[in-house]
Amino acid sequence: MSSFTEEQIRRYSRHIILPEVGGKGQRKILETKVLIIGAGGLGSPIGLYLAAAGIGRIGIIDGDVVDLSNLQRQVFHHTSDLSRPKVESAKAKMLAINPDIEVATYNERLSSKNVMSIFSEYDIIVDGTDNFPTKFLINDAAIFANKPLVHGGILRFDGQVMTIIPNQSTCYRCIFHNPPPTGLVPSCQEAGVLGVLAGVIGTIQATEVLKLAVGKGRLLSNRLLTYNALRSKFREVKLHRNPKCAVCGEKPTIKELIDYEQPVCAI
Amino acid sequence: MQVKINGKQEDVNVKNILELLKARNVEPEMVSVELNSQILDRKDYAATSIKEGDTIEFLYFMGGGVAKEAV
Repeated sequence: MSSFTEEQIRRYSRHIILPEVGGKGQRKILETKVLIIGAGGLGSPIGLYLAAAGIGRIGIIDGDVVDLSNLQRQVFHHTSDLSRPKVESAKAKMLAINPDIEVATYNERLSSKNVMSIFSEYDIIVDGTDNFPTKFLINDAAIFANKPLVHGGILRFDGQVMTIIPNQSTCYRCIFHNPPPTGLVPSCQEAGVLGVLAGVIGTIQATEVLKLAVGKGRLLSNRLLTYNALRSKFREVKLHRNPKCAVCGEKPTIKELIDYEQPVCAI
Repeated sequence: MQVKINGKQEDVNVKNILELLKARNVEPEMVSVELNSQILDRKDYAATSIKEGDTIEFLYFMGGGVAKEAV
């Protein structure tokens, strides 16, 4: 405990008092570097809670600015942040909660060009993106970089979470193979989403990150947790790695990162 | 015949996975199907028959919280 300041001992006392975390676990949390992809609905609760928990270095990537229609669920951003780059707004809120951490911002889109160099700076990757091309890019890059990835998705009243341990557990591509054809799955504004769903799913993703950091508990790997808000129902789907998976299967055919065409959003 | 779909016991009258998806108005391209703990290839939906007692999971594509394609 000697390596903590007085202030840290008080700030993190409710963690330190948990036998499963303790001073040792909190130290690990402070030493963990986490990349959050997307400063939107999922990224907001993930970032706010991980900052509060004392994740030592948080990276956040997003190339968008705050829009009025974001505020219904993207709790990083306040009304006074309209038109501000999302990563700047996100950084300010995380540091306001906890000035004890470092926040790195990337005001850009993730692509095959920058993903590996950004991933190399972090221990854990968290997916808070909306679009499927990026979800597949993140999955493949996490497999190549051998970094644990916490996947999350929300749509209307449903959400899903899964933790991917590369080459040990089921990956996103094991399940979903390829991005859906553009326009078929509503991934944009037109589908709608109950705002609080981002909080439910994002905080479960943040929980997975803390379990990974501390090394305790049973991860959501090889199981997809789904939640339906209308029925208040959680379900767990048991999964197995897909031997035919194009990126982590027995004979992988994907050896380079792919920039799938981004769907064009109406409006 | 009786099968379990997403955890619910159901009575279905279809021969294969593709027919099941059509009967339930699910676009085959927007779902992954797990049959008895094995993820199926999308191209095998029509060729994969359903038997009494099968356990089927529909796994849906779900996006995230970013409003535009910003990331």
